[in-house]
Amino acid sequence: MMFEVINMSFALPEMFLLGMAGVILMVVAFMGQKGAGAAYWLSQVTMIGTAYIVYDSVTGMGGLTFSDSYIKDTLSDVLKLTVSIVNVAVLLYSVSYLKARELFKGEYYVLAVFSTLGMFVMISAHHFLTLYLGLELMSLCLYAMVAMHRDSGVATEAAMKYFILGALASGMLLYGMSIIYGVTGSLSLSGVSEAIQTGGLNDTVMSFGLVFLVIGVAFKLGAVPFHMWLPDVYHGAPTAVTLFIATTPKIAAFAMMIRLLVDGLADIQQYWQDMLIMLSVLSIIVGNIVAIAQTNLKRMLAYSTISHVGFILLGVLSANSEGYAASMFYAITYTIMTLAAFGMIILMSRRGFEAENIEDFKGLGKKSPWYALMMLIVMFSMAGIPPMVGFYAKLAVIKSIIDVELMSVAIVAVLMSVIGAFYYLRVIKVMIFDEPADTEVLHAPADMRVVVSANALGVLALGLFPGSLMAICATVFS
Amino acid sequence: MDTLNQPLLLALALAPLVGSIIAGLFGSRIGRQWSHRVTILGVAVAFALSVIVFKLVIFEGQSYNAQVYQWLQAGSLSLEVGFMVDSLTAMMMVVVTFVSLMVHIYTIAYMEEDDGYSRFFSYISLFTFSMLMLVMANNFMQLFFGWEAVGLVSYLLIGFWYKKPTAIYANLKAFLVNRVGDFGFLLGIAGVLMYAGSLDYIEVFGQANTMAGQTMTIFEGYEWSVMTVVCILLFIGAMGKSAQVPLHVWLPDSMEGPTPISALIHAATMVTAGIFMVARMSPLYELSETALSFVLVIGAITALFMGFLGLIQNDIKRVIAYSTLSQLGYMTVALGASAYAAGIFHLMTHAFFKALLFLGAGSVIMALHHEQDIRKMGGLKKYMPITYWTGLIGSLALIGFPGFAGFFSKDSIIEAVHASTIAGSDFAYYAVLSGVFITALYSFRLFFIVFHGKERFDSHGGHAPHESPITVTLPLILLAIPSVFAGLLIGDMVFGDFFGDAIFVAAEHDVLAQLGTHYHGVIGFITHGLQTPPFWLAMAGVSTAYYLYMVNTELPAKIQKAFNWVYRILENKYGFDSFNEKVFAGGSRLIGRILWKGGDQAIIDGAMVNGSAKTIGMISKVVRHIQSGYLYHYAFAMILGVWLLLTYFVA
Repeated sequence: MMFEVINMSFALPEMFLLGMAGVILMVVAFMGQKGAGAAYWLSQVTMIGTAYIVYDSVTGMGGLTFSDSYIKDTLSDVLKLTVSIVNVAVLLYSVSYLKARELFKGEYYVLAVFSTLGMFVMISAHHFLTLYLGLELMSLCLYAMVAMHRDSGVATEAAMKYFILGALASGMLLYGMSIIYGVTGSLSLSGVSEAIQTGGLNDTVMSFGLVFLVIGVAFKLGAVPFHMWLPDVYHGAPTAVTLFIATTPKIAAFAMMIRLLVDGLADIQQYWQDMLIMLSVLSIIVGNIVAIAQTNLKRMLAYSTISHVGFILLGVLSANSEGYAASMFYAITYTIMTLAAFGMIILMSRRGFEAENIEDFKGLGKKSPWYALMMLIVMFSMAGIPPMVGFYAKLAVIKSIIDVELMSVAIVAVLMSVIGAFYYLRVIKVMIFDEPADTEVLHAPADMRVVVSANALGVLALGLFPGSLMAICATVFS
Repeated sequence: MDTLNQPLLLALALAPLVGSIIAGLFGSRIGRQWSHRVTILGVAVAFALSVIVFKLVIFEGQSYNAQVYQWLQAGSLSLEVGFMVDSLTAMMMVVVTFVSLMVHIYTIAYMEEDDGYSRFFSYISLFTFSMLMLVMANNFMQLFFGWEAVGLVSYLLIGFWYKKPTAIYANLKAFLVNRVGDFGFLLGIAGVLMYAGSLDYIEVFGQANTMAGQTMTIFEGYEWSVMTVVCILLFIGAMGKSAQVPLHVWLPDSMEGPTPISALIHAATMVTAGIFMVARMSPLYELSETALSFVLVIGAITALFMGFLGLIQNDIKRVIAYSTLSQLGYMTVALGASAYAAGIFHLMTHAFFKALLFLGAGSVIMALHHEQDIRKMGGLKKYMPITYWTGLIGSLALIGFPGFAGFFSKDSIIEAVHASTIAGSDFAYYAVLSGVFITALYSFRLFFIVFHGKERFDSHGGHAPHESPITVTLPLILLAIPSVFAGLLIGDMVFGDFFGDAIFVAAEHDVLAQLGTHYHGVIGFITHGLQTPPFWLAMAGVSTAYYLYMVNTELPAKIQKAFNWVYRILENKYGFDSFNEKVFAGGSRLIGRILWKGGDQAIIDGAMVNGSAKTIGMISKVVRHIQSGYLYHYAFAMILGVWLLLTYFVA
């Protein structure tokens, strides 16, 4: 009998996360309400420590471990680093929001750390079951987080919808996995890939299974028509939770898509390419058009997310390394922009005032020109106006589909981003040209102000110097 | 700091930008004092570093040419930020930062009572940054960036008093006229890219000979040399920026801006960007005699005919503005005669004495409570001694009085044109020669009317005009020094190898080398100058001015009456303005109106924009109702999606 020597060092960040999650759980369990502050600081230490461990191993070797079910490569390094750094900001933004609403409990942080562990497992998955395990760990934590505000009707309703639809999607994903397993005889992604290369598989059954896999991915990303949960959850969840759901899980979902479609099923890309075209075009159209009718900023950002997801799909469906790199650049910059946008909402809000309607931003330009400028940068970036980073992200994905001669898709994408510019610019118009409705000043603490400003300026800086991040994304897929 | 390196050059270029950003964004927070302190500090740092760079380049023979940052790469086209520093650049950097520093200090007093104090400092620092980026560029892309950036700041500063309708008219005019020039410039750059395949100076210069051999067809049946077309297009850009006929019309109107910027931007630095550019491109221009002739003739026309206009102006700043036009013509003539070194030398001396004259004029304007009409001045000598003496130095330098800076630079240009053999050089020689008389006449007309003769000013309730404060007189004195002594550099800069490889002159055009064989030191040059026509013409000009405006003061009015038709032509500025106003502005407005009413309002706005916006809005309102809030609707939508994917894609 052969024993494989398991290379544990590849999973060092996950082990650290798990250990710390356990510690935080104990702290919360034994200290109760008093432990919230400790839980927050411990989870910040966890994120920063994880980021350090990931960063430290970037130059090290990569490969498969745990019987080929786990992989460490540059893709996993870059995405994990992004997730842990973005989560530092997410946790920091959440504090003032949760405190003002008496939601500042240890549970939020326990769930956030466990959810992050789920994301890490997804990002490194090289096996259908590992992937599913990570996905469920992440999602279950998210369902619970949405329901955290138990007294709120909308929050509970949103959690319910999220959970049921998520369960439905998980079922479909599992069904798809089981079919692929049935055809190829393997659960490992490299095994699936080899089986496809060997040939002789039943195409009909294969594509049947593929449809369900794609649906699982589409649900997590929030692509039309599997997007219905997204506006309700964004709107219903407390903003601190929306912030969490809107940012790093999208990176994990992107990783899941790359792992499944590129690592496992790259050789049948002619099947999934057309499916992604449909999902992507629908997402871009529906996201941008419906966003126009929204008056709630969180809902508007939900539809904006749907359209951004369409753009992320554009890069992947071009099915070449430039496209994947463009898509990855888009996903990372989307996360940073969304982080800043929700950060601004939290910054504006205070006890009894959610700042979640577009008109709550009225006259911000007069009240606080600096933060109006920050919001303006973020909105311009989301609309894809140079020199903000959103422009380069859109440019890169659209260029990648023009390169594979999907001209009509490119035209739809460009037309829809013009329409999309309307609702982003409306926020700016309200902010700068309308008179303020009250004289209330901002209450946010200093650390939050600094990080939100740095976050928004980062969007501008990345736009001025997009080269290094582009280069990193390009090396991942080279 | 004993080698030229990237951190040094970056610090040099960015110091004024940092000052500008601080004064611009936080001006109201940090107050007036700190606004000028921080911008002056930025420019002073830039000046000090420029002096160091100058020393490294000139005395230690170093040079620098490297990319700093690649902005983007598209195919083989690479857009970069990079610095090229050689003797030409180093000299420009010192001139720009020195004059800019003087103007910054001067502004403290000049703009003291203005509401836009911090804004003004922010703009002039931004200008310094832009101008440095322009001269330090090592590629056409950055040259164009600097070119447009200085244009932008010029636009902002001409319209600095944005509540004044004439200022707004003037800045719009400057903007539009420069657009015409920039269009040519951009086409020229496009031509360079098309035929040389690169925007990097060194690579383009390396390709120059192959470019010169090619031809292109613009109209069917006419073959053009590529080099001629490219050089003329680039020069059209220079004509806009350096105000050469017929794109000169914006410069006199630019005097609507505050005086310090007239000195800095519209006399000393920005308007000489065109001259600098042509000198920088000398390896290209040398390969096209047609282009050189074109440059020469345009310059000669500007030098002579713009001088005439200076004779009849009554606004103190406009007289100097026309003088600037005419002097820019001299520099252009030098370029056309392949005497680039002489042109650049005149650029330098002119920067000093013209900035001096403008700042002196500003000092007079301040003393008389913002009165600019010279008919309401006179006899200011005894009230403003420092302004008077520095003004005299500036005027003597301008007319080229032997020993002063302008004498050396102007005489070498005139001699060079005389020695030149390319087409048009005879005309240019007589134009610049007669220009000397005109220059002397209008300069001393101004000088006598303002400082001597009867006191015609309104003394504002008994307050006599008084000398300006130290922050004004100090820059005047500091500028007066190089206005006298900068000419002594002639041996190195014009006849020596100061510029080395920075300027390329083909052997058959090298007039300065011919003149150099007769050059025996500064004293020799002066004694030779005393025997040549330019000196006697200048003296004649001064005497005429003395006779007309000091002795027989009735005569000018009589002359004006007798030659009324000439006077009318000059007063209408040869009709350029009314022609532009009627044909270009009127024509554009007519076309605009047709397109606006017919094309825009009816078709685009009515049918397309509002129509499509309405449709999208309607769709949006309908579609949002699909988001009903019911869980089973959502689940149904998912199932629908599954069905859709399965039916379409399962093979």
